[in-house]
Amino acid sequence: MYTQGLNELAARPLAAGQENPELLRRFEARIDAEEKIEPKDWMPEAYRQTLIRQISQHAHSEIVGMLPEGNWITRAPSLLRKSILIAKVQDEGGHGAYLYSAAETLGISRAELVDQLLSGAAKYSSIFNYPTLTWADVGAIGWLVDGAAIMNQIPLCRCSYGPYSRAMIRVCKEESFHQRQGYDLMLKLARGSAAQRAIAQDALNRWWWPSLMMFGPPDTASPHTALSVRWKIKRFTNDELRQKFVDFTVPQARFLGLEIPDPALRWDAERGQHVHGEIDWSEFQDVVRGNGPCNQDRLQARRDAHESGRWVREAALAHAAKHARAAAA
Amino acid sequence: MSATGEIAPSRDASRAQLEYLLRLGDTSLVLAQRLGEWIGHAPAIEEDLGLANTALDLLGQARLLLAYAGEVEGRGRGEDDLAFLREEAEYRNATLAEMPNGDFGDTIVRQLLIDAYQVPLYERLAGSRDPRLAEIAAKALKESRYHLRYSAGWVVRLGDGTEESHTRVQASLERLWPYTLELFDADEIDRGVLASGVGPDLAAVQGEWSARIDAVLAEATLARPAAPRYRWYGKQGRHSEHLGHLLAEMQHLPRIHPGARW
Repeated sequence: MYTQGLNELAARPLAAGQENPELLRRFEARIDAEEKIEPKDWMPEAYRQTLIRQISQHAHSEIVGMLPEGNWITRAPSLLRKSILIAKVQDEGGHGAYLYSAAETLGISRAELVDQLLSGAAKYSSIFNYPTLTWADVGAIGWLVDGAAIMNQIPLCRCSYGPYSRAMIRVCKEESFHQRQGYDLMLKLARGSAAQRAIAQDALNRWWWPSLMMFGPPDTASPHTALSVRWKIKRFTNDELRQKFVDFTVPQARFLGLEIPDPALRWDAERGQHVHGEIDWSEFQDVVRGNGPCNQDRLQARRDAHESGRWVREAALAHAAKHARAAAA
Repeated sequence: MSATGEIAPSRDASRAQLEYLLRLGDTSLVLAQRLGEWIGHAPAIEEDLGLANTALDLLGQARLLLAYAGEVEGRGRGEDDLAFLREEAEYRNATLAEMPNGDFGDTIVRQLLIDAYQVPLYERLAGSRDPRLAEIAAKALKESRYHLRYSAGWVVRLGDGTEESHTRVQASLERLWPYTLELFDADEIDRGVLASGVGPDLAAVQGEWSARIDAVLAEATLARPAAPRYRWYGKQGRHSEHLGHLLAEMQHLPRIHPGARW
């Protein structure tokens, strides 16, 4: 669904200055010429590590992101909505699998990546550490969270790394479908009974600010954005994308007859943009550091699935090994 | 049947037809609901996808069957009225479908037992004298064949995998086996739809089911459990304790918002 670590370079790798200058020059010339970098091509270690981190965070986010919406599969209020929701959560699982494969092209295994998630070493999008309390949350996630994800991901379709760029083209198509389904769900509630309208407004109240935080810290606090932009991993800054999202979403909320929970929100005619109120970055930092409402539940659910599925995976491997031996004999 | 208009169905025949459609639709719906509980919690991402896939197919079948049942009933009830506003005793699913997920082995054995039943069932229903049911069955048949490949593949892997997986999946088989009798125990409704050419001969379905199951168990090095004694009759509305909980969870939103559209 989304990654928020777009602007963070890995801590370990060589600084750009320590790489072989000739290889680096050729690499950057290819980037400048808008050529795609492919798995077997030379790339600076910082580029590789940044991509591993970004793609795996994205994959983890898809997998953890199955949980908050999965929470409503058994309670979807119509059979059609149930089908749509199952298909959506299934798509997220598919994105996760696809993105883990893209990360593997950079020389790391899915098992290592999953271990990083389960040990708490890897991050995933903090938005999924908020609870889904009503049916309207399923709509709000589709509308706002997938909407924000699309803003982030459309530029990634042009990312300089070929496998990631291709993965994102496919993912974006499905995400935009999810976004429309989420909006349609909200529309039904907004045009429904007073109780339905109330849960729709409540969901917007709870998901609005976390959705703005999905774009990551403000540009003034994102020291690594410059290199990511130069290497065309990232095409726009966090604040640029956030602004786009606000301008796109405010009229949609108005059409629903719902109120954005930001008293400072106003249209700035001179800039031709909306101006939004102050984001509470301390909340964002808390959730990223593991102190959000559902961080423990989400990770525990992933660990439980991994642990209780261990005997199944072992059996599959044992069975495959027996038959490989039998075939060889 | 009534669509052809050639022979006006007797009241008994259309009651049997309605009951029969509910049996088919409810079994798919309840099983889809169970599989939906897994999504996000499966042993591997690929299994999240696989179980979701089966759930979606079954839900699609249930929607077609329940919508049709609502038309046959003629009281203006649609798929959602039937799914969300009927009580436990009005549900006509086979008891096996409502059995809790348990571990992955329990789920996959339950799936195998039902898939191996739905394949020969839909093969026959695809030739039903009821053209609408025949059409639904033809679509469902393709899906069920795929489901059977998936569940049989996993039962073989688990049965012929590690010592632990073998022990676990054999226990799953023992636990779920008693619920299979109901699938083939023809009652008045089953005999009614057989007589009118709508439904299949369950003895023939059982023969194929049994042969398929034996083949899978042999490959999986699993032992076929002894014939059970107690007979469940979920298809007559007499369920296990589990269905009430499943429905309470599934139905609560439409019930607390009567008349709402979603």
